Amino acid sequence: MMNESYDVAIVGAGPAGISAACVLADAGVKVIVFERGEYAGSKNMSGGVLYGYNLAQILPDFAERGCPVERNIIESRIWYLSKEAGYSIGYRDSVFTKERKFNVFTVGRAKFDRWFAEQARRKGALVVAGTTVVDLLKDASGKVTGVVTNRQDGEVQAKIVLLADGVNSPLAVKAGFRPELKAEHVALAVKETIEIPAETIEQRFGVSQADGVTTEVLGEITGGMDGVSIIYTNKNSISISVGANLAAFAKSKMKPYELLEAYKLHPMVAPLIAGGKAIEYTAHWLAEGGYDTIPKLAGDGYLIAGDSAMLFNALHREGSNLAMASGKMAAEAIIAALKKNDVSKQGLSSYIQAMNDSFVMKDMNKYRNFPGFLYDTHQLFNELPQMAQFAGREMLTVNGVTKKQKQKLIMDEIKKKIGLVKLAKILWKGWRSVK
Amino acid sequence: MTVKIEDKLFLDRFKVDEESHLKIIDGEVCKNKCESQACLYFCPAYVYRQEGDRIAVNHEGCLECGSCRIGCPNLNIEWKFPKGGYGISHKFG
Repeated sequence: MMNESYDVAIVGAGPAGISAACVLADAGVKVIVFERGEYAGSKNMSGGVLYGYNLAQILPDFAERGCPVERNIIESRIWYLSKEAGYSIGYRDSVFTKERKFNVFTVGRAKFDRWFAEQARRKGALVVAGTTVVDLLKDASGKVTGVVTNRQDGEVQAKIVLLADGVNSPLAVKAGFRPELKAEHVALAVKETIEIPAETIEQRFGVSQADGVTTEVLGEITGGMDGVSIIYTNKNSISISVGANLAAFAKSKMKPYELLEAYKLHPMVAPLIAGGKAIEYTAHWLAEGGYDTIPKLAGDGYLIAGDSAMLFNALHREGSNLAMASGKMAAEAIIAALKKNDVSKQGLSSYIQAMNDSFVMKDMNKYRNFPGFLYDTHQLFNELPQMAQFAGREMLTVNGVTKKQKQKLIMDEIKKKIGLVKLAKILWKGWRSVK
Repeated sequence: MTVKIEDKLFLDRFKVDEESHLKIIDGEVCKNKCESQACLYFCPAYVYRQEGDRIAVNHEGCLECGSCRIGCPNLNIEWKFPKGGYGISHKFG
């Protein structure tokens, strides 16, 4: 295996790498995938939502193939929380139970990625787990010609290497494909998976069997840091995660696990997980740097896809779909390059073209100023949720005070806490960063 | 709020490599030049702990997020992935 040479070597058996492997294997390309974990998925963590549209582009019959779906998501909630209170809006639609089933669904990545890798294997890709790629082989001109693994005699020649090894990629840095990330370019998230009986989940979230709800949460829960939380329903568990910008963590000296524990006691969170038992605790980065941190997507003999390429839409919390879509486009460009027998940057440039023309780069570009807006606007994570709590409390407390007087109290509070001009500026800047 | 990190790490499955994949490059920098000692706080597995006048590295419980590598204000941590197959193995993910 190791002393053979391959058309394509893929680093990383996650959504990007395996998507590419499936497309390549379908086209009869000789492909090998390296995974550093004990099995595909064993190092991977995300909130846990996948997108049926993008998965179906790789495996149209994913449901029939036994894709390990946790719950089909029929409702998306957004919360804005202060320490003791919170606002909630949600959107539920019956179209997501029928015609658009699996538009969004939850998975456990250890199970899903393993299953996904197995599908690639069945198509003819070779997936080698327990093997870390520590360096790339290059010829005198700097063209990538293969990988170096941590195994003995671990060099493997390949015409093209696809880097799909995730946001934390020392390899991309070592190879010079990406500068080392700065702390402000990533969010550090910790997640707990909390076991709760399926019927209890269904009662608490008001869903029938097989359906589920996602909740994205912003506010004071990250202690003034630019951060976010999610609460996602799985079959027999709830995933609860909280994360914040790593630079903010380093400055604040808050501990991620203490943030998580405090969050679990929030009055809107605690009832959902009551009686549950934590079964796993994991940590991972989110590639929050946005468009401006995306590296050059292809060079001589290599391409880069998924989280390794910093493809993450921080506003919509989309990542796995960008990984699958970029993996597929990378594979298509590889097939074209092999056909032309030109694996130079020029030969692989159809990947860059396809990416630029697709929703992936267009969406990333649309929100390029959004990460900076969140990072610079700490009021979103302390003063504003506090103010929102003040307003909610005041308006909903029935105590004989006139509504006009209550409005004045709220206005005074806004003026005192943040100022009307400042508030208008924040709203304007926020709008500009996403419009 | 104090949280016992051991209780959390106890939930996870690790295949521990005796050789650490994390290394403080120069202990003197931590001792004399680092004011924030940020690694003691942001590391989600509390890998870095103050022991006397030095910082000990408990790589066994590392969750492999990478934060210490770029979060160390002095970039004083040498960080590699654990050898293939070693380190944490997510059960759910």
